Amino acid sequence: MVNLRINGEMRELDISADTPLLWALRDVLGLTGTKFGCGIAQCGACTVHLDGAPIRSCVTPVSAIGDRAITTIEAIGATTPGHKIQQAWLDLEVVQCGYCQSGQIMSATALLASKPDPSDADIDAAMAGNICRCGTYVRIRNAIKKAAKS
Amino acid sequence: MTTRRAFLQTGAAAGGVLLVGFHIPREAWAAANAAPGAPFAPDAFIRIDHQGAVTLIMPQVEMGQGIYTAIAMILAEELDARWEQVRLEHAPPNTKLYGNPIFGVQATGGSTSVRAFWTPLRKAGASARALLIEAAAQRWKVSPDTCHTANSTVTHQPSGRTLAYAALVDDASRLTPPAKVSLKSPSEFTLIGKPVKRLDTPDKVNGKAVYGIDARPPGLKFAAIAICPVFGGKVGHVDDSKAKQIPGVRQVVVLDELVAVVGDHTWVAKQGLAALDVTWDEGPNAHVTSDDVWRQIRASSEQQGAVAKTAGDVPKGLGTGDRLDAAYEMPFLAHAQMEPLNCTVHVTADSCEVWVGSQVLARAQEVAAKVTGLPLEKVTVHNHLIGGGFGRRLEVDYVEIAVRVAKQVDGPVKVTWSREEDMQHDVYRPVYRNVLAASVSDGRIIGWSYRVTGSSIIARWLPPAFQKGVDIDAVDSAADIPYDIANLQVEYKRDEPPAVPTGFWRGVGPNNNVFAIESFIDELARKAGKDPVTFRRDNLGKTPRLVAAIDLAASKAGWGKPLPPGSGRGIAAQSSFGSYIATVAEVEVSESGILRVRRLVTAVDTGIIVNPDTVVAQLQSGLIFGLTAALWGEITIKNGRVEQSNYHDYRVLRINEVPEIEVHLIASGEAPGGIGETGTTAAPPAVGNAIYAATGVRLRRLPIDPKHLQRTSFS
Repeated sequence: MVNLRINGEMRELDISADTPLLWALRDVLGLTGTKFGCGIAQCGACTVHLDGAPIRSCVTPVSAIGDRAITTIEAIGATTPGHKIQQAWLDLEVVQCGYCQSGQIMSATALLASKPDPSDADIDAAMAGNICRCGTYVRIRNAIKKAAKS
Repeated sequence: MTTRRAFLQTGAAAGGVLLVGFHIPREAWAAANAAPGAPFAPDAFIRIDHQGAVTLIMPQVEMGQGIYTAIAMILAEELDARWEQVRLEHAPPNTKLYGNPIFGVQATGGSTSVRAFWTPLRKAGASARALLIEAAAQRWKVSPDTCHTANSTVTHQPSGRTLAYAALVDDASRLTPPAKVSLKSPSEFTLIGKPVKRLDTPDKVNGKAVYGIDARPPGLKFAAIAICPVFGGKVGHVDDSKAKQIPGVRQVVVLDELVAVVGDHTWVAKQGLAALDVTWDEGPNAHVTSDDVWRQIRASSEQQGAVAKTAGDVPKGLGTGDRLDAAYEMPFLAHAQMEPLNCTVHVTADSCEVWVGSQVLARAQEVAAKVTGLPLEKVTVHNHLIGGGFGRRLEVDYVEIAVRVAKQVDGPVKVTWSREEDMQHDVYRPVYRNVLAASVSDGRIIGWSYRVTGSSIIARWLPPAFQKGVDIDAVDSAADIPYDIANLQVEYKRDEPPAVPTGFWRGVGPNNNVFAIESFIDELARKAGKDPVTFRRDNLGKTPRLVAAIDLAASKAGWGKPLPPGSGRGIAAQSSFGSYIATVAEVEVSESGILRVRRLVTAVDTGIIVNPDTVVAQLQSGLIFGLTAALWGEITIKNGRVEQSNYHDYRVLRINEVPEIEVHLIASGEAPGGIGETGTTAAPPAVGNAIYAATGVRLRRLPIDPKHLQRTSFS
């Protein structure tokens, strides 16, 4: 049995310790907002927060989490930076297919939480691990800046 | 404002009702509508209930291109529906009702959605509005001509009386649709042309949007698959004893060319797959390499092809003035859409239920029926939002595989492809070789010969459209070249690559042709001693809309203004997908050959624009997609298998690699053009031409090979 603190709730899961958090969230708990993209931490679609820091859940075994708080896209809107990012995403119509956007929003929220007024270089550094095949990058950059000002 | 939200229900909630409703004939449907509580449903696209909710059924699928919002705008415009009361539903599989008029197939692709459905959906909306007006006029005993509509309400103008659509549902349902309807003039549009917020995006920022991969029918099991890595190969021997010892692994399914492990969740299924001891029967393709592919296509491309277009006297034309010959080559490309292929299927003795994201929903239903042996009506398919299509989901191979696996499984099973399986068992954008010859005299193109050689996707995907040896997609934007050329021949030579399956890829035929033609036009301009913008303008007399786009792009990009050494601007122009687009790229190339694309400036005339911000978004998207291909896109073959496996060795552009992008829209009253693929075709030739301007190096092959850009190699 593995115990995880997810979006403020303690959850007990009957899975092996090496199971990546991604599959625990998606398949076992039904939190499907976190997406599978590559499985090797190359695309960022699976990004969630551990104590507010962005991690790739596809390569993070549940055994490595301990009692750190997991936050997923389903709950990020309850945080101030998360809500600002989501609103800026809609205001600037960032989203196209949307599949990568959970991960983009989680990475952007973590950036905004640590750097309230990020530079272009900060945005590059924080967001370069998140691929968007629809190419929404121009708007992602602008939306982060808009959220920072809001 | 929850009412503004689109209710993108998973098909589970939406599908069944529609399948029943729209299969019954009009008369019976009208009678059924008379039943208390039934909505007003004048056609396959519109339902209005007694609360005034307007449900619009989406014949085209949403994969990021914004089509759900555009289609809803077109319908709502002519219906005069209150936008806040609009809800969307995925259409069920039904070619008769939801077939794309351009293909005759229920398909979303080729940048056709707005072009194909513009008139039918306007008529549907206008017809429904006419019925609502008629119902109100009868109630008031007035002439329909004295009534008008807005915001889901009919108003009798002389008296000021009003009736909401909700109050007219029953009466309107009993009326016969008019034989002829009048459509709004563009000056009357209240939605079309305005930047309307997309309806699908609110749920895409909070994790609620449901893609195919998110389907979770009760009792679901999860499967991972391994397909024989060699194209056309089979499973040899499987020892599953270790896999079956893993807790949570439930079943191992061995099919002809693949093995599937079914488990309690995807991770145990993957663990099970890794624990299998599989030997493959690699078959006849085990030694195929990229070299074999290129040797074959280069030989084919020297042979005569089927003539797609001919005009004037080509030998005489080519003999006039200065002649130039060149060949351009394009690699295999994978789609690499973010949502890996997946499909969830539940097969029982007398039914099959499928949850999937598909660009060809009726074909998904047909293949499931074929594999199960069930009649079509026993196969239910729930479509979903698509996490990237780009042509990959115009195929149903992943549906077929999932149904074959599910036939062996008790209960529903979700088959999710790993990224590696997705990349190594794609249908690839074909390799192409384009052989060109042209002559110029006094700055004019006199003769032109163009031969496209490559796989015919149309011959496989839409056989009736493959006529007289010509693949109409493969010559798209070549046979209908926008330049004034009196002596011209365009040929298509079919060449199917050994082993490698091919398919549509964003930009389709024009992707290849626009790169070859616009690069070669640039060569001709240099040959003629002309500025590339001037040369194009001088040879585009028959295509003024493209000239206007060139002028705007050149002006916005600062064409002609000096740049530092090692920098350059290049232009590319295209009339593809019914849109006219010019793009200027600005690049710099370091002495060591490092290329940096600094800026892309695009001007587009796409006719009447439905949702302007979506057009801008699609251009931004397409340009980045095309730039990725130009810089890095190449799938290579060794030992009958694909060498690339994931995003680390099949790179796609990241945020820190994106140039400045500007999109300028040209106002137009012409019929709407396509937009989803235009940027993809525009970026590579613009960048290639800019590289030439910066370095004097002409690149006739994609992806761009940086070793050709090192200063030592061209000084």
